[in-house]
This record gives sequence, C-alpha cells and structure tokens, in this order.
Amino acid sequence: MSKATQNTWKLLRTAPPTAWFGLIMVSIYIVVALLAPIFAPYGETEVVDVAGLSIGDNPSFLLGTDHIGRDVLSRIIYGARNTVGLAFITTVLTFAIGAVMGLLAAVLGGWFDQILSRIVDVLMSIPPLIFALLILTIIGTSVINMILVIAILDSTRVFRLARAVGMNIVVMDYVEVARLRGEGLWWIIRHEVLPNISAPLAAEFGLRFCFVFLFVASLSFLGLGLQPPTADWGSMVREMATLITFGLPTPLFPAAAVALLTVSVNFVVDWFLHKTSGLKS
Amino acid sequence: MSAILTMIGQRLALGLLTLWVVTMIIFLAVELLPGDFAQALLGQSATDETVNAIRQNLGLDKPAVERYFIWLGDVLQGDFGRSLASERQISELVGPRVYNTLFLAAYAACIAVPIALTLGILAALYRNSAYDRGVNVGALAAISSPEFFAAYILVYFFAVQNAWFPSIARLNETTTFTDRLYMLFLPAVTLTLVTMAHMMRMTRAAIINLMASPYIEMARLKGIPRGRIIVRHALPNALSPIINVVAINLAYLIVGVVVVEVVFAYPGLGQLFVDSVVKRDMPVVQASALVFAVTYILMNLSADILSILSNPRLLHPR
Repeated sequence: MSKATQNTWKLLRTAPPTAWFGLIMVSIYIVVALLAPIFAPYGETEVVDVAGLSIGDNPSFLLGTDHIGRDVLSRIIYGARNTVGLAFITTVLTFAIGAVMGLLAAVLGGWFDQILSRIVDVLMSIPPLIFALLILTIIGTSVINMILVIAILDSTRVFRLARAVGMNIVVMDYVEVARLRGEGLWWIIRHEVLPNISAPLAAEFGLRFCFVFLFVASLSFLGLGLQPPTADWGSMVREMATLITFGLPTPLFPAAAVALLTVSVNFVVDWFLHKTSGLKS
Repeated sequence: MSAILTMIGQRLALGLLTLWVVTMIIFLAVELLPGDFAQALLGQSATDETVNAIRQNLGLDKPAVERYFIWLGDVLQGDFGRSLASERQISELVGPRVYNTLFLAAYAACIAVPIALTLGILAALYRNSAYDRGVNVGALAAISSPEFFAAYILVYFFAVQNAWFPSIARLNETTTFTDRLYMLFLPAVTLTLVTMAHMMRMTRAAIINLMASPYIEMARLKGIPRGRIIVRHALPNALSPIINVVAINLAYLIVGVVVVEVVFAYPGLGQLFVDSVVKRDMPVVQASALVFAVTYILMNLSADILSILSNPRLLHPR
C-alpha cells in the first residue's frame, strides 16, 4: 500500500457511521447512473404493463408501474443518470463561474471587485426560485436555459465564499513575493491561492450540489424542468402524484431517491467540514 | 444610541435601494421578451394596425424609461394591470392569494419557531449526547428532503392510509378559521419540517459558542444550575443571531410555499405564480414575482434590523 492509500484508509477508519453511510450511498448512485442500461430491467420509456399499477402483485415489477404502465424501478435507475447528471453538470458550471469570478475579485480588488460584489448583492436579494421562474418564463423553459439560469443564480454563493477565503490568502507575504517576482494573474491564482483554499471550496462543492439538485428536482416537479418522456425524479413525482390518493406509495420512491442522495452528500460534507476545521485549529 | 440609529438608517437605505433595483430588474426582464405585450396579447394572426392600436392604448409606444416610472407609479398604487389569460384585474387576483399565502406561512411559523428553539436549546444543553447526535442527524435529513417528498409522505400516511386530514386544501367562502387550520395542518407541518432544521442548528451553534465565554464559566463556578445558565445568561446574548436566523427562515417560508401550495392545490400566490409561468401570462408573473421579492427583501431587512436591536453590545455602548 502506498503512503497516500494508507492515509486515506486511516482517515476513513475514523469516519463516523453517518459518513460511511454517505460515502457508500454516493458510490452506489454513481455506479447506477453510469451503468443504468445494465441495471434497469426495462427500457426508459418502454410501456411494459398497461393493466398493472399495483405493487407487490407482480414480481417482475419490483416498485410497480406508473400511470401509463412503465416500470418505475427502471425509470428511477435511468433518472439517476438524467437528474443527477444534470445537477452535476450545473454544479460544475456554478462552481466554475463562482470560483473564477470570486478569486479574480479577491486578487484584482478595486473596481472589479466592487462591481461584481454589488451585482451579486442584488442577485442574492431576490429569492432564487422566484427569479429562476421569472427568467425561465421570458427565455423559455429548456434544459440548456435551466442549467444556465441555475448556474448563474447559484454561482453568487460560490463567489461570496471564494472571494472571502481568497481575500485571506491574497494578503499573505508569499503572494506579495510572487507578485514582485512578476508572476501572472493565473499563475498566482493556480499556484498560491487555490491550493490554500481547496478544503472550504471542496466542502462548498458538496453543499452547492445538494442545493442545485433540490432546485432542479423542484423545477421539474413544477413542470418546468426536464420534459417527459425523459425519466427524471422530479417530474416522475409530478406525473404520478394522483396515484397516491389511490393508496399507492409509488410517487414516494423517486422523491425518496432525491432525498437519499442529498442526505448522503450532506453526511459526507458534514464530516469533511468537521475534519478540516478540526485540523486547522 | 446614535451609533445604532445610524446603523439602522444605513441598513434601511440599502434595503430601499435594493427594492428599487429589484423593481427595475423585474420590469426590464419583461422588456427583454421578444416582441412585446401587444403582440403577445393578440397572437400571431394580428395585423400591424391592431398591434399598433393596442400599443398606443397600453402606452407601449412611449420610451422604456417613461414606461418604467408609469408602471412603478401604478404598482405603488396597487394597480398591476390586467391578466392576459383571464383579463381580470391582477390586484383582485393577487390580493386574496397573498392573504392565503401569508396565512399558511404564519401558521407554519407558529409551529416551527417554538419547536426549533426548544430542540436547539436542549441540544446545546445536552451537547454530544445521544439526543444531540440524533437531533443533528434528523436535522440533516430534514434539510435534505425536497418539499414534495416531505409533503407526499405526510399525505400518504395521514391523509390516505389514515384519513385524519384532507390531502388537498381547497378553500371557499364558508371556510371558517378552525376549518382552515384543520385543512392547512399537513401543508404547515411540511413547511415546518423543511425550515425547522436550520433554525434549530443555528440556535444550538449560537448557544454553544457562548458557553465557552468566561462569564459563563464564572456563572458555572458560582454554582448556578446548567438550565438557569442557559436561559438567564446565555440566551439573551444568543438572541441576536437566533432572531436573525428566525427572520431569514420566515423569508424562506414565504418563498418555500410555492412547491407546497402546488402539492396541496392551495389557492395561494405560489400556485398562481407557477400557473402563470406555464401559461406565460407575463403581467401576472411580473406582479407575483414582485410581491414575492418585496416580501423576501422586507423580511431580510427586518432580520438585520432586529438583530442589530437585540444585540446587547450595541444597545449598551461603553
């Protein structure tokens, strides 16, 4: 075993059960999302049982079938790919915009920082769901529009964090030395600032993912996100909502899939934050 | 005392400025719409003459700046124009729904705030005990659940499996206050579940932070019981951050009702907003977004002002 794996193992051994649970669940989600066609017993939009609807009567449909006879389990498995994938891409974009702008504001300072910070103040003063719905009404609801709107609105929070932690590093002597040495802006950000703020940024990535994921699920649930027949957890709950009044728990399964992933990521982030703040003090 | 007044004055001025910028954003957002109201109103088949007539009628031929101030003046007098879909006055449409939404939010707050504060104080009191860890895990789970998950779980168990509460909250004129409370119980509990966790964690953190300070240690050395230390000595100083987080969560409640209203088919502003977004009824979307944004900003503003006012260090300057 190399030194790095040994350290990782040591860290993992001290992890609380909640963090273990989180790590295992996140891994399962990733594997399922990547290998969806292998795990899913039926196709994503395949109508397999028109008469069905009930649960437990038919062993070939583990979680039953939905309102038009598609296998719910298969759709949840494909949904892992669509919903989680979409949320992940959006988070990456959120992060790219927020972190780059935040670090630039910290390093450059002056009017650049002032203008960006004021724009962010205004964007953050409007509730994100309301703002997103307003803009999506105007530019139309499509997946690309949704990704862009959420990424821009949510990048404000990453901006604030990146700017705040970046500010603490920018005043350090070694940054001054690098500046005097004549290093460029990107070099300073990449080699002096980023390595020192990677821990809070990594934790923030997890939290942002949770937020974006719930946001995408809510928009889809309201009928403004991914459109049918794509399997997506939020819209699945919406489509099947009436089933619950017939005493079927089917709509709860995709909703639970959303909650379970979010709680797992939260557990991991919580442990990570605890760990990194503990090492510092 | 004057320092505190200037702080509040500054915060108020900033709040008003934000409000003004937000009205501008909401107005401009609609300006960005390809085509304009007149075309949206008449549809594809309209002739140029009729479009121009409507434009003049609605004042759309005036420059954008002038129209902004006319619109702002109308909005300040409570006139939001007419809905494109139903042609009704928007103020008539929005008014009762704002009341419904505020009613639901207030109801949820009445349940959530006392429970969250009690659980938070108890968690701080029995720090690192099994109770503390359990509440913490519960709080994380609650934060992680989308509103519709919490809502449908409650519906499944308390409206379908056991028909204790109605699964939808349709009101009519004859609905009495107690009926309303009964109908809205599940929506209110859903909102409680999703907002309580944050308030609870902040209460716990604020008190634990204070417990490390020297004057608390002094009180402990004097032999004052733990419960009394927390209630009499720690709580007044923790009040400022707690009030702040409560007000922020109330702001969130008003916005967070959107999904819950859709689940329970409750005739509130959130449902009107989502319906209008689907129908692309711009004037109604504009009006509802404005009402939501203004409420949110005012709640956050009062959060800041209350936390300034409740900070003992600022109230008794040296």
